[in-house]
Order: sequence, then structure tokens, then C-alpha cells
Amino acid sequence: MASLKDLRNRIASVKATQKITKAMQMVAAAKLRRAQEAAEAARPYSERMGVVLANITQAIGDDAPALMTGTGKDDVHLLVVCTAERGLCGGFNAQIARAARDHVRSLQADGKTVKIICVGKKGFDILRRDFAKLIIERIDLREVKQIGFTNADAIAKKVIQLFNKGEFDVCTLFYSQFKSVISQIPTAQQLIPAAAPAAEGESASEGAVYEYEPEPGEILSDLIPRNISVQIFRALLENAAGEMGAKMSAMDNATRNAGDMINRLSITYNRQRQAQITKELIEIISGAEAL
Amino acid sequence: MAESFQFDLVSPERLLVSEQVESVIIPGAEGEMTVMAKHAPVMTTIQPGVVTVKSAGGGEERYVVFGGFADILPSGCTLLAESAVAVKDIDRADITRRIQEAKEDAADAEDDETRTKAEQFLHQLTTLEGAILPA
Repeated sequence: MASLKDLRNRIASVKATQKITKAMQMVAAAKLRRAQEAAEAARPYSERMGVVLANITQAIGDDAPALMTGTGKDDVHLLVVCTAERGLCGGFNAQIARAARDHVRSLQADGKTVKIICVGKKGFDILRRDFAKLIIERIDLREVKQIGFTNADAIAKKVIQLFNKGEFDVCTLFYSQFKSVISQIPTAQQLIPAAAPAAEGESASEGAVYEYEPEPGEILSDLIPRNISVQIFRALLENAAGEMGAKMSAMDNATRNAGDMINRLSITYNRQRQAQITKELIEIISGAEAL
Repeated sequence: MAESFQFDLVSPERLLVSEQVESVIIPGAEGEMTVMAKHAPVMTTIQPGVVTVKSAGGGEERYVVFGGFADILPSGCTLLAESAVAVKDIDRADITRRIQEAKEDAADAEDDETRTKAEQFLHQLTTLEGAILPA
């Protein structure tokens, strides 16, 4: 049985932990709001991009560049796995890593070659255990406070460079889609060859016959790399929001757990103290009676 | 007074302008162009330069854009810029940094095609620097 002093120390330490988790929760809540705003601000761009891309692919027909049609092969797969830089956010990173791992396993079972680019430290830590040899690059965003388009652009450039060198045939992006604070869905999205966005009814059917300046082919070859950057940017933003959401709920749980623990410990502490008082009283009374 | 139309200027990070305007001057890849209401549908890439927006209310705003493309329809115009800043907010250090990066890109280019592109971009940036920053 722990002594009263031990119990007191325990309670004090759990209280300190609770304060920390509470603070982390509030920080995550504030950051979540900012991340959500950023994700929302980025939405118009990617939506318009989708519309424009749909229009232009209709206009251009079969003459699309390689980034769009792929290499015609399906042998080497590149996985870009985006995770958070920090832990303490529940199953967030593990979920993305698991999705990526399952994908790698199924590809390997089909006899394909797999290469991995890790964005974010946590995914790298997890995937390194199983696929250390497959990881060809690791991108660290630890120093980045607010994810900007330039970060995404740098990643996209690397991917495109690899593609131009013929290092892979298919590229898939892994990230967590932000549904709500308590639910983030690990998602796999094919980047290259870009799945031609379905022409969404009304937007494309404005039926305008565009004039292109310069030629559609040239615009498209300029547009697609940019579209890849945008996709990655969106994934990073969704991830940032998801990470904060997951962290918030994880820290909320931790705070509540700490509260429960403090209650339990206090009850034990009070009982023990009372038992000791009773014991002392009995000793005094029986001593007096013996006289 | 000329007719007005909807103009949106978006960068990946945010929506900068979304309002009724009278005319917009866009630095297109093949020369500057002024867009007014009921313009024929055009899609064009843009080069680094200054976008001048004349709003329906009368005021005039100028934005610096670094590459991107414009989607012009009779009903409105959308400008998707890779990055955009209002002229009054731009600072010299930012442009200098971009020029520096472009120079490095040009130096690092592995084949002629990328080098030509990087040098073109660098040239456009330098022109831009001269145009908006009084020496």
C-alpha cells in the first residue's frame, strides 16, 4: 500500500500533466482554426483549376502530355506519404502510415516496384521499420510554421523531375482528408497519370469556344505541373487541419483521463487518511481504558 | 460608363479580389491585354507582371502576379496566379529573393530547355523589378 506521501506526490504529478494536456488542447484548437481557414482559402483556387483543366482537356482531345497519360506502363509506383511532424495526435499518423503500408504490400504482391517519398517525420519513422530500402527521399517540414504554396511546389517539382527521368510510372499521394475534428479519413489519390477531372455538367457546358493563347498543348503542359502542386498543397493543408483536429481530441481525452485519475487517487488518499485517524483514535481510547 | 463584369483574382493561398470591375489589364504570355465586359472566351497563361484592376466603383488597384493563367469568359474573368501581392504591399527584399532563386535555377538547369525557361523567367522578373520599383 502506498503511503500518504506517495499518494500526495502522485496526485500532484497527475495534476501537472493535466495542466499540460489542457494547454496543448487549447493550442491545438487555436491552430486548428487557422489551419481550417487556410484550407478554406485555398479551395477556390483548386476548384477553378479543376474547371479550367476539364475545359482544356476537352478541347485538346488525345494530344495530352505524358504527365496526363502516363508512360503506358504500370511497373514502378511512387508513393508520396504526407504525415505530421509531431506526435501526440492520436492515431492520425498511424492511420496514414497503415494505409500506405497496405498499399505497398498489395503492390509488392503484384510484383511491382515501389518507391516512397516521406513528407513529415512521423510517417518516415513508422515506414522506416518495414520499408527502409524503399524510401528514396524524406522531406522535412519541421521548420515550416505555416505551410505555403512554395513548400508544395518544391515537392511537386521533385516528383515531376523524377517522372521526367523515367524513375516511376504511377504516382499516388497519401494524406488524411479532413472530415471533422473527430474524423480524418486516410486517402490515397493518384497524381500521375492525372485522372482527367470529369467535366462537371454546367461548368464545362457553358459551351464557350475558347481561344487559346498560346496553343492549348502549351497551356496544358504548363497547367498540369501546376495542378500537381495544387493537389499536394491541398493535401498538406488538409493534413495540417486534420493533425490539429486529431491532436485536439487526443488531448481532450488525455485531460479527461487525468481528471478521472485524480478523482480516484483523491478517494484513495482520503480513505487512507481517515483510516489512519481512526487507527490513532482507537489506540488512544484503548490506552485510556486500560488504565 | 462602361459595363461591369465579375473579376476574381485567386492565388493558392487565398482569394485576393472578387468584385465587379470595369476593366482589367493582364500581362498575358503573348503581350498585355485589357479585358472588358463581354470579352470573347480566351484562356491564356500569364507572365510575371502587374495586373491593373479598375473597379466598377471607380478606384484602381494594382497587383503583382508571378505566373499563372487567366480564364476569360463573356460573363467574367478568373485569374489564377501562382502568387499575387498588392503593389503597395510588395517589398524589395521579396523580389530580390525571387530573382536570386531564378538565377540559381538557371545555373542549376540540367538541359537547355529548362535553362532557357529559367532564363526567360529571370528576365521577366528583372523587367518587373524595374517596372514597379523606382530605382
